[in-house]
Amino acid sequence: MSDVRIITGNEAASLAVKLVKPHVIAAYPITPQTSLSEKLSTYVESGELRAEYVRVEGEHSALTVCISASTVGARVFTATSANGLLYMHEQIHWAAGSRLPIVMCCVNRGVGAPWSIFNDQQDSFSQRDAGWIQMYCRNNQEIIDTIIQAYRIAESVYIPVMVCYDGFVLSHTMMPVEIPEESTVREYLPPYKPHTEISPEHPRTVNPVFFPWRRENAEGVLCDGYMEMRYKLQAALLDSAPVIERASDEFARLFGRDHGGMIWEYLTEDADILLTGMGSIAAETTVAVDALRKEGIKAGAVGIRVFRPFPISEVRNAFARAKMIVVFEKCVSYGFTGGMSTDLKSALYGSEVKAPVHNYISGIGGRDVKARELSEAVASSIEMMERGDRDNKTFWLNCHTG
Amino acid sequence: MEKQDTNIAGICSPAIGEAGKTGDWSDLKPVIDHTKCIPSSKNKAACFLCWLYCPDGVVSMSIPVRINLDYCKGCGICAEECPPNAIRMVRKVECDDE
Amino acid sequence: MQENIFRINETEYILPGNRSCQGCGLSLAYRFILKALRENTIVAIPPSCLCVLHGLYPVCSVIVPAINITFAGNAASASGIVAALKALNRPDITVLALTGDGGTYDMGIQSLSGAAERNTDFIFACYDNEAYMNTGTQRSGATPMGALTTTTPILTKQEKKKDLIKIMEAHDIPYLATVSPAYPADLYDKFVKAKRIKGTRYIHIDTPCPPGWGYPAKDTVRIGKLAVETGVFPLFEIEDGKFRFTGRSETLAKKGKRQPVVSYVERQSRFKKMSIEQLNRFQHHVDSRWDEFVRRAES
Repeated sequence: MSDVRIITGNEAASLAVKLVKPHVIAAYPITPQTSLSEKLSTYVESGELRAEYVRVEGEHSALTVCISASTVGARVFTATSANGLLYMHEQIHWAAGSRLPIVMCCVNRGVGAPWSIFNDQQDSFSQRDAGWIQMYCRNNQEIIDTIIQAYRIAESVYIPVMVCYDGFVLSHTMMPVEIPEESTVREYLPPYKPHTEISPEHPRTVNPVFFPWRRENAEGVLCDGYMEMRYKLQAALLDSAPVIERASDEFARLFGRDHGGMIWEYLTEDADILLTGMGSIAAETTVAVDALRKEGIKAGAVGIRVFRPFPISEVRNAFARAKMIVVFEKCVSYGFTGGMSTDLKSALYGSEVKAPVHNYISGIGGRDVKARELSEAVASSIEMMERGDRDNKTFWLNCHTG
Repeated sequence: MEKQDTNIAGICSPAIGEAGKTGDWSDLKPVIDHTKCIPSSKNKAACFLCWLYCPDGVVSMSIPVRINLDYCKGCGICAEECPPNAIRMVRKVECDDE
Repeated sequence: MQENIFRINETEYILPGNRSCQGCGLSLAYRFILKALRENTIVAIPPSCLCVLHGLYPVCSVIVPAINITFAGNAASASGIVAALKALNRPDITVLALTGDGGTYDMGIQSLSGAAERNTDFIFACYDNEAYMNTGTQRSGATPMGALTTTTPILTKQEKKKDLIKIMEAHDIPYLATVSPAYPADLYDKFVKAKRIKGTRYIHIDTPCPPGWGYPAKDTVRIGKLAVETGVFPLFEIEDGKFRFTGRSETLAKKGKRQPVVSYVERQSRFKKMSIEQLNRFQHHVDSRWDEFVRRAES
């Protein structure tokens, strides 16, 4: 019997956390994440969730608590947004370098200055290169399901996972969500086993200084230098794509919902104009696709669900027959183009895909983005291409400057 | 086949001499005059301030008191704090001659 | 005066051949901290001399488990260990955050204050060597006025040392103590006592540093004793708000005569450019602080 509730994205996230039963939670409230940390506090104080909730004095400490708790064998959870995420930045690198399977929600929000409490994805995008797996959710159902999957992925490959979802657009918007059965979650997610035991019985020192060169241990084994250890993180990230696919497939088998592994596709089979994006704006592109199809344009959508590791082979396949690619995204690599399109173009370079990539920076700092605006943007891009202009382009959608 | 480092993060196991034979750090070595040393001369467990104050824990709380010169860094605190002045800091070459 | 040392745990937890400097005050203090806390301990370490002492990959020099973390987060790291041990039902383990003055006074003060305000069940020990020694003696909030450091290289530090003990006392924690490696038995007893107390325990360790303070390595214990003899660093404990002098400071408060601070200052080259006025202010500061403690001890 299914349990469907109409809830916000933050409540969906809180229910996912309740289901995976972390030992330790540490979070610092920040808009739009706040109601998530409040919900979790309520579960812990009411006894519905048996976990240690450390009410830290800031985000740097929130992730630090999670790092050390995870090191000694606890399953942990934290969540933040925007400047809170940036305040953690040092520890975001530390968590990945320590190979700890921490799961963190980033409730996406624009970064100051100037202040905005509203949604874009500049926050998580700016943490792209720290060595985490990054997953983006399109709706509240995907939030609850992705968090459960994230634990399974993180604890299989020993890489932290950032589950990103758009502030307000999802975090504070109510949608019907089917709550997974607890017993099935137990079946899907085995207990956490740390990669190394740290205890008085195992008196080890964790994460000391490394030499640039390799060095022998007391048994004469030539051990890693800093560079080898960092390479292992890169190799593990690149190798995690099949693990993410399996986690998604297994989830679909047990729970009957498939959100895609690395990417998802919508009406792509015969499409020659492909819209793409991450998170809620990617969901919005499917509405634009429907509108374009009504006008006789063979449009489809490809959602990037996993941004790191970047789905290189998946996008090469998905865009193989595209005549044009239109990227809608809520982040910018300042001084270059939109964050995702930068990576997408890099992944497509040298492949069979020769379609021009048009990049629309959209919805920055909560600027409203309507499906109609997306389809109009696509129509104007098609017009440019049909005029014979095949250059890649970047536009700021709905941005009025003098 | 060459043994590989199976760690995926920086996990160290304890071993003596992480920094090598730290006895090489100094030209000066402590030499105990057991006729003056309280535990040795009285043949009873007493004093042991050299054991107490050694930052490196290389002095034994035993009769006679022994100092592990392989790892003694030669700071000279034991000589400085020895109540009967039974410890002298001696240049290593002279020490080897004795 | 000889302390009764035969009650001290004989096991050594720091292995010989480690990377601490000759005559290191931290190494001496840490020996007795671990003897007092024993095997069932997990140590939280920030980047500092302690990180170096613990050793470079893949070997460590200490047979007690330890977790390195970034500079600002040592008390938060300890909070995470404490929370995990509680959740995993391992209440028998003592968590020690051993932190230099930079990680306590300066960058670490936020997470320390947060952990103390939550009365986190751990021991936070500050090994105060009064400058950033691991990077080669730069000024910290703990550096005393008149001291030369590499970032106060000409004029000496112009400001007084921050009174962190007062700050920690304001957190109303169950146990607070000062210790010196020059008095290992006093240090040992306080850590043994702290181990048994629940909640946040703060222990401040005066940590003489031969290269940073500018004295020969053989004088570490002598300098540590002079800090106590002059009243620059009184030994005491504050248990549930009750102040009590201990050891040599207790004797000095009752009958002895404190030495003038100049006898402490003149043995360290870091004070060689200290002005007469600074010296007088230092003496005055030590005297008024001492008198305040004496009043508290008597009341």
